[in-house]
Amino acid sequence: MLTLVDSGDGTVVGRVDDADVVLDVHTSGTGPTLLLLHGVEGREADAAFVDALAERFTVLAPSHPGFGLSPRPDWCDSVEDLALLYLEWLERQDLRDVVLVGLQFGGWIAAEMAVRDRSRLGRLVLVDPVGIKVGGCADRDIADVFAMPRTEVDARNHADPARHGPGDLTRAPREQVLHIARNEEALALYGWEPYLHNPRLRRWLPRVHVPTLVAWGAQDGIVDVGYGRAYAAAIPGARFEVVDGAGHRAQVERPDTIARLVAEHAAVRAGAH
Amino acid sequence: MQYWHFSETAYPYLPPEGTYDSVRVTLPNGVVDPAKAAALWDRYLDEWQIADECGINVMINEHHATATCMDPAAPVIAGILGRITTDARILVLGNPVANRKDPVRVAEEMALVDLLSHGRLEVGFVRGVPYEVSAVNSRPVQMSERMWEAIELIQKAWTTHDGPFNWEGRFFQQRHVNIWPRPHQQPAPPVWVTAMTPGSAARIADNGFVVASFLTGYEGTRKVFQAYRDRLADTGRPAPGDDRFAYAALTYTGRTDEEGLEGARKLMWYVKANKVPFEFVQPPGYTPYFVRAAGLAGQKSAYDFSSLTLENLIDEGIVFAGSPATVRGQIEKFHERVGGFGHLLLMGQAGFLEHDETVRGIRTFADEVKPAIDAMFSPHGAGV
Repeated sequence: MLTLVDSGDGTVVGRVDDADVVLDVHTSGTGPTLLLLHGVEGREADAAFVDALAERFTVLAPSHPGFGLSPRPDWCDSVEDLALLYLEWLERQDLRDVVLVGLQFGGWIAAEMAVRDRSRLGRLVLVDPVGIKVGGCADRDIADVFAMPRTEVDARNHADPARHGPGDLTRAPREQVLHIARNEEALALYGWEPYLHNPRLRRWLPRVHVPTLVAWGAQDGIVDVGYGRAYAAAIPGARFEVVDGAGHRAQVERPDTIARLVAEHAAVRAGAH
Repeated sequence: MQYWHFSETAYPYLPPEGTYDSVRVTLPNGVVDPAKAAALWDRYLDEWQIADECGINVMINEHHATATCMDPAAPVIAGILGRITTDARILVLGNPVANRKDPVRVAEEMALVDLLSHGRLEVGFVRGVPYEVSAVNSRPVQMSERMWEAIELIQKAWTTHDGPFNWEGRFFQQRHVNIWPRPHQQPAPPVWVTAMTPGSAARIADNGFVVASFLTGYEGTRKVFQAYRDRLADTGRPAPGDDRFAYAALTYTGRTDEEGLEGARKLMWYVKANKVPFEFVQPPGYTPYFVRAAGLAGQKSAYDFSSLTLENLIDEGIVFAGSPATVRGQIEKFHERVGGFGHLLLMGQAGFLEHDETVRGIRTFADEVKPAIDAMFSPHGAGV
């Protein structure tokens, strides 16, 4: 089993039902504040990307409740809970002009935050986010990662699974496998049904009046580039960038490229796009 | 001791195993020849009727999107059994209430079957096997919590007779719960809940329900039953009777040991035909994450019987098979090893065990095993 953080070594991000919500938060770098919301790969798997961002930003990288080493309060079982929790945290810290970066599942959380309250946000970057419904009833917009062999999950997540994927889990470090299992359980909790999306979210994306960049791995086999274009098209003025040599977890395969795109986007004056 | 004939009502006519990835969830239903399926249903119903004639109770279950079980709607079959059997208690084990969106509907279905059978229904509730969650799109996380909220709501629906009540729970909401008709048995039909691990037993004990364990063998079953007994002792309640404990084993009684083993070999289809890939066997959240992590790392599931031989399964107490004397001995030994139990769920048909073989197994058991066991353990009333 993994040893989760507690009030001694974790970070209090909010107080709900008269109890502190404690998460494992990794803080690094200096510069403008950037809140990084990971996907099911977990923050640990995004280490290279976090390091690249930390050269230009103060990076706040929490593990969501139920992921990594963050405990999950029993009440916390929806993406809306996560979105409100992180908005609450930004307020508690009195942060402004935050660069909010959401990766895949974390992109969904970020979008749910931005449609609710953009007052603390300066920029939004979504990397291969899930969270919306684009096609018809019989179209599976998002590949069912719960119903395919690991090799296929890896192939869909990565342009080069042999180089960037977790590989054969029977040979992987035990700690890493525990993280994968715990993260996937959390993904199932938050995203099983409706499957990794909120049917209402796309309708409200026009409320995201924050300069937004949507970046997409050209070889994303979980949600294709067409889905990404539809996502970006629903957000007023959003810029859409396709990154070659990257699958669904674009930040894992192209950490420097995505970090550079984030930095460029953050430097854009508000309203200039 | 009460005995229950159970068939999972398989559709066994499958293409070569190498041609499909999974017998569950993804095997196209184009495999099914409707005429063959109808003929199978005729004979499975006949077999339950024969069990009834032999003084054996009947048990059914429910699964979805699988060739291993053609009953995706247990209440339908329970209703039929309510009319084509006369004396047997009818056990639905069970209603997969963690996967049913509407527990009030389940309460209604069970009340109706109880009336149709004039109060012969025993209502089982199960969390459901892991493969079910993909087949019915049910979230594998918080299943136990959903199951228990559903059971509480169903019990309240059965026993409230003064007009609608309100239910606004964590998982289920309904403002006017007032089921018509209400159950025949008062205050409510007997309830069973399955448990495969000791951790599940306490809450079943708290409610005084029957705990049922499937193919858990001597050691696994003893632990589950002991956890139930311990819970009652720890909470200062009287020790439970044997009628609170049920065990399901693959069982075939032949006239000789050889015939019994031959029948049991055919029952092995149940464990051997269950070709299912990891992603459906261990969906995230169904087990604690560290258990699934061990599976991801290559460790085999405790319930993967595919590499075991018939002899292994008999040694483990998962199969009872042989001549009447042998089967009697196996049941007696099991009774002793698990600290007593009162219901034997006889998985007496599977795969290619044909109708005449199935019937012979039921009759031989009823004629030559049941009376001896009854003499050994004091029988109790059918109602539990």
